[in-house]
Amino acid sequence: MTSDSAPLLRTALYDSHVAVGGRMVPFAGWEMPVQYQGVIAEVKAVRSDVGIFDVSHMGRLNVYGSGAASFMDSLVTFSVKTLATGRARYGFILSDSGGILDDVILYHTQFDDGSDLLRLVCNASNRFAVIGWMDQNAAAFPGVTFNDHTYETALIAIQGPRALQVVDGLCIDDPKPSTLRPFAADTFPFDLGDDVHAEGFVGRTGYTGEDGVEIAIDAAHAPRLWEALLAAGAAPCGLGARDVLRLEAGLRLHGSDMDLTTTPLEAALERFVNMDKGIFHGRDALELQEEDGLRRRFVGFRLLGGGVPRHGCAILHEGQFIGEVTSGTYSPILDTGIAMGYVPADHSAPGQTVQIDLRGRPVEAEVAELPFYRRPKTS
Amino acid sequence: MTEHPSELRYTIEHEWVRVEGDGNATIGVTFFAQDQLGDVVYIVLPAVGSTLQAGARMGEIESVKSVSDLFVPVSGEVLETNQDVLDHPERVNEDPHGAGWMLRVRMSDPSEVDRLLTNEQYDSAIAS
Repeated sequence: MTSDSAPLLRTALYDSHVAVGGRMVPFAGWEMPVQYQGVIAEVKAVRSDVGIFDVSHMGRLNVYGSGAASFMDSLVTFSVKTLATGRARYGFILSDSGGILDDVILYHTQFDDGSDLLRLVCNASNRFAVIGWMDQNAAAFPGVTFNDHTYETALIAIQGPRALQVVDGLCIDDPKPSTLRPFAADTFPFDLGDDVHAEGFVGRTGYTGEDGVEIAIDAAHAPRLWEALLAAGAAPCGLGARDVLRLEAGLRLHGSDMDLTTTPLEAALERFVNMDKGIFHGRDALELQEEDGLRRRFVGFRLLGGGVPRHGCAILHEGQFIGEVTSGTYSPILDTGIAMGYVPADHSAPGQTVQIDLRGRPVEAEVAELPFYRRPKTS
Repeated sequence: MTEHPSELRYTIEHEWVRVEGDGNATIGVTFFAQDQLGDVVYIVLPAVGSTLQAGARMGEIESVKSVSDLFVPVSGEVLETNQDVLDHPERVNEDPHGAGWMLRVRMSDPSEVDRLLTNEQYDSAIAS
């Protein structure tokens, strides 16, 4: 738990951010850059070229030992037993009532000795809740070890149409990171200048709707990797741009768009739930909800008038309250306000109109297909 | 070096006022305000012809990150609003004390200007 008085944590890249004018703000117990040159310029850099994000605040846990796959399989909504080495999956850790404790990515890789290693990446704000839930459920898996290595490592996201070209340029061996398919991951050696070489664990994943990778690297080498990426022309991007990019891409944010009171079915993310894989925490509750039918559904909204919808704005239909905006922003690519939130199922069809109350000013909006933005297919 | 010109007067809510040659007041938001807000994407201003009391809420300014109320620094009648800034809110970031102006007001009590902050007073207020 964090409070306003708790000292803020700093990532391995803190000094690098301050050196180039990053504006630092508290976020989930960390001091993080919200912007450098400006949110819109950073969004455009990622959509048209390449941007880099320090996402070292996100939790990184290693899970290994006898029964590690079965243990994680019991905790997440996707199949871990069928997750091949070198692959990653996205899904949820649920409470037994089906509420979303966190959304996570799990990578299946190997230690140098060839034994299996599962790398879990969770939200910064949920790291302790996830570890607590794992502790609580570990008794049946005595051969499993898990440890938190968030502080010893850094995580840098490189995103945009030129991301793989830039990352390949720093890699000193073949094959290059661009040979990874989406949601594949492996370790690659990088040249960080001054004859310094370091290995990074590269996953072809991200949170922007663009092509790109995320690289986990030990904290000591992280500033050099960051500098090398800047030198290759990548724009440093902050949490402000990350929020706009993920919203345009229709990606949910835990703590805003989903939490312990919402299920993956309500969040319209059932494609990340494998009901056929066998038992897991929260499965029974989801089955019941499937039988009962959904009373509310997560949808996107495109504003038809001016203004910016934000978390907590009321969604109205003919003057009646039908829901709340869980995330909203101004979309540079659509040049209009966009929002997401839960509404009753009979108001969730694309094209239906609602009003969003912007501080007492109701503005027309229409239910929109998610994502708002899909990147052009290149090949 | 201040970003806030000495020929303007300021409010603690980050508006500026310029008294023009014709005695009317031009109003906008300060360099400091737009820098704190970040990219401005939407502005609401009062209707031309409306009469406002100094300190009244006159509209709102919205950036990607946040929304803030705008307060009118001097009493009077709104003579004109800047259509260019309504159509292109980024003008506020590009030129906050020039092309990013918001409205012109016929002041009912020009002595109100004397009670506003000088640039030095404003700079020390935002520094503390």
